[in-house]
Amino acid sequence: MCCLSKEKTVRPTIDADSLSSQIRDNSVRVIDVRKEEEYKKNHIPNAVSLPLANLLSDDSPERAVKLFQSLGIDDETPVIVYDDTFGALASRVAWTLEYLGHSDVSLLDVTYNQWNSLGLENDNKIPSINSKTHSIVLQPQILATADYLEEAKEKEGVILLDNRERLNFLEQHIPGAINIPYRTLASPDKILRPKDEMKRLVENRGITPNSEIITYCGSVGTLSGLAFYALKSINLSNVKLYVKSFKEWKNLKKSTSKQENADYWDLSAE
Amino acid sequence: MSASKLNQARPDSKSPSVNWAKIEEADNFAKTVKLYRQGKYDEDSFRRFRLQHGAYGTRMTNDYAMVRIKIPAGKIYPTQLEKIAQLSEAFSIGSAHFSTRENIQLHWVVLEDVSEIMRGLAEVGLTSREACGNTVRNVMCSPLSGVCAEEKFDATPYAIATAKFLLRNPMNQNLPRKFKFNFSCCEKHGMVRMCDVGVLPETREIEGKQEKGFKIFLGGGLGNKSFVGYQLEEFTPEEDLLYTSIAVLRIFDRMGDRKNMARNRMRYLVNEMGWEKFQNLVLKERAVVRATQSVIVKLDVDPIPEEIKKPIRISESGGNSVPDGYARWYKTNTFNQKQDGYQSVFIALEAGDITANQLREIAKIIRDYSAEGMARNGFSQDIAIRWIHEDDLPKMYSQLLQVGLAKSGSLTMASPIGCSGTTSCNLALTNSHRLAKEIQRKFLELKLDEEDDLRDSTIKISGCPNSCGQHGIATIGFFGGGSRVGKDMYPTYLMSLGGRSDGETMLGINCLRIPAKKVIPTILKIIELFKQNKKDADTLSSWIHRIVNGSEDSDIKSINDFKQILSPLTVPPTKDEDSDFYTDYGNDSSYHTKTGKGECAA
Ligand code: SF4
Repeated sequence: MCCLSKEKTVRPTIDADSLSSQIRDNSVRVIDVRKEEEYKKNHIPNAVSLPLANLLSDDSPERAVKLFQSLGIDDETPVIVYDDTFGALASRVAWTLEYLGHSDVSLLDVTYNQWNSLGLENDNKIPSINSKTHSIVLQPQILATADYLEEAKEKEGVILLDNRERLNFLEQHIPGAINIPYRTLASPDKILRPKDEMKRLVENRGITPNSEIITYCGSVGTLSGLAFYALKSINLSNVKLYVKSFKEWKNLKKSTSKQENADYWDLSAE
Repeated sequence: MSASKLNQARPDSKSPSVNWAKIEEADNFAKTVKLYRQGKYDEDSFRRFRLQHGAYGTRMTNDYAMVRIKIPAGKIYPTQLEKIAQLSEAFSIGSAHFSTRENIQLHWVVLEDVSEIMRGLAEVGLTSREACGNTVRNVMCSPLSGVCAEEKFDATPYAIATAKFLLRNPMNQNLPRKFKFNFSCCEKHGMVRMCDVGVLPETREIEGKQEKGFKIFLGGGLGNKSFVGYQLEEFTPEEDLLYTSIAVLRIFDRMGDRKNMARNRMRYLVNEMGWEKFQNLVLKERAVVRATQSVIVKLDVDPIPEEIKKPIRISESGGNSVPDGYARWYKTNTFNQKQDGYQSVFIALEAGDITANQLREIAKIIRDYSAEGMARNGFSQDIAIRWIHEDDLPKMYSQLLQVGLAKSGSLTMASPIGCSGTTSCNLALTNSHRLAKEIQRKFLELKLDEEDDLRDSTIKISGCPNSCGQHGIATIGFFGGGSRVGKDMYPTYLMSLGGRSDGETMLGINCLRIPAKKVIPTILKIIELFKQNKKDADTLSSWIHRIVNGSEDSDIKSINDFKQILSPLTVPPTKDEDSDFYTDYGNDSSYHTKTGKGECAA
């Protein structure tokens, strides 16, 4: 669909062993999106820090591109992102880069915690970075706004995917949405399930290669960002992230649906 | 990868002794759901198929199911608990539910995801097959079988062998109605008279030789109308257990009422025919079964006793101070095993609910502390972790405390049972599930779990006249309904008193319709009356039993006396005086009843 010239094989995730062999390669940029204090204690060697909160404080393209430039990323730099929050925060950062037009970005397929329990290297050295220049070529085909969503969700072949937990979904959701909680996407030791499982699961839910999918979650597009990459991992490319998600939808006072006449919250042990 | 690494520090997980699963069933289920959604499978056949595979419908929707995982004889292993934790987060609400029949249920599962759960279960040897529908439901066994001082011998291997024989057996795939087996250690711990077939270990001496056998009870059960089971014969020899089970199932299959849904449990057949006639029929049929089995069918009873290993003892370092609340917990949650120095610990949940993280913690605790390396589902929406060395209890308690699983009162009146009610059941009229939680919180706040004279009493709550909450056998039982003042409805419970499920099993006597929001004050009032009128050695239940049997001579002599004293609590205030009265627990809007089609969510 989009520019064929860019068609390199960029995988949505990279496995820990491959990353481990590339960390000394300075042409690759690894971004740690955990809180800065955590990063300072230790991180994957050579990784740079971009706490998600910092990006979200103003994620306009102009500011975001500056942030990435200051991390030494230009149009060609391969980028790998990781977090310790089942890949959701990393996904949001990766998606932002893609939206700016950067195509070579992958998620580390394990969390930082898992990386450590695999016995892989970490350190607390902060690498020196030379700023680079990055262009802005926005990719609107991966973004959904409230207006776009409202119109699109009525169309045949468009699937609206809510990635919040089941009880939140039952309580309130965008009319017509289906629910795949973010926890469904992971396997016990990876941020995403193996492809065959993911494929089966998604197909069971009526999502086909022809579907246009719009994902959303609670507020900033993290859980749904992970879903964006989950779908990408099985070659579903027509996916948009409603990045402002349910929080904005409610603020705009748009209509919502609820599973009525059942007290499901009282089944929760929490 | 990372998981195995972490586990190295802990004792090995014991692996399940029986694989109940068949992975093909998951594929088949997924395919069938697709056909059904494409309209190629009619509603009724699909429903039957779905139930056969352990998936119930959910309140007011066709899009969600409840998956009921059978835990035969209640034997559950750490790896299984961890898998269920993972499945509950991926496909359910992040909590799982322990039922009264040793099932573990996952609620609000998208119908299209049920097959994924089946797949996950198969990885750890579990199944939901025949957990619902007109089949032989989960075969239960007392959580104390093997450790109870009163038992003649451990019934567990027989329960497991019976479950193995009947699961997927063509003989019982399409019975007139569901069918339930309970095995027990003794009369007190296993509800053998409250199911279709109740089995109690018994021994006899013949010419100086001890012979194993059973007391078998038939035709009992709880429901819209409940019955107490009859004992088939003095002594059923070991080898006749299977023949008897087959004979009873064959008679029920042949003669049970297939038309009248409300009266088709076997107990109605027994009741209509009369016990003696039914008894004769069973004995005759059994002779036929015994004579005509072309191959000798035998129960595959595992003769090897469970291995009891001493787990790695964490407590040996000593010097740990005993955490607060330990004495109370010890008193109300532990059971002295017949084996010297060992205790069984009962974990109190709230109406059977447990979070995914807590399931994982339970798995760890089993590995660390239980010498048998597994747990048992209890009969009261709880979990028993057995074979804990006395010296390890304080340490285990503090570990439970850290994960919110150290509530006291699991073996007392302070742990009421509540069926799922309006949280998920199509037939529910009230939120019985939440009410059970509210009562438990109140009891613990008032420290009523510590009172010895309340200990052996029970509170059980159903959300409608069906008896999934087992209200009929409770000392104080409740079932939900709606009442009205003019146009306004409010939730109520019909209260029954004096039910019991031991050797003198009887059903509670209906007393009064109590508004939902007055249930707690009513219970507390009954306790107050008891304290005023009790005799020395009385417990609440012995006192209530005297009253319902008409043999009490204090101020309260009959159910009628109760009615008089309690009736002021039942008078509805106006909506202006108290609008809360017109709402049910867990729901702020005005109460109204709403029910869908029942699948008997027992
Ligand atoms: S049908 Fe069973 S689970 Fe449902 S409300 Fe009635 S008693 Fe409770």
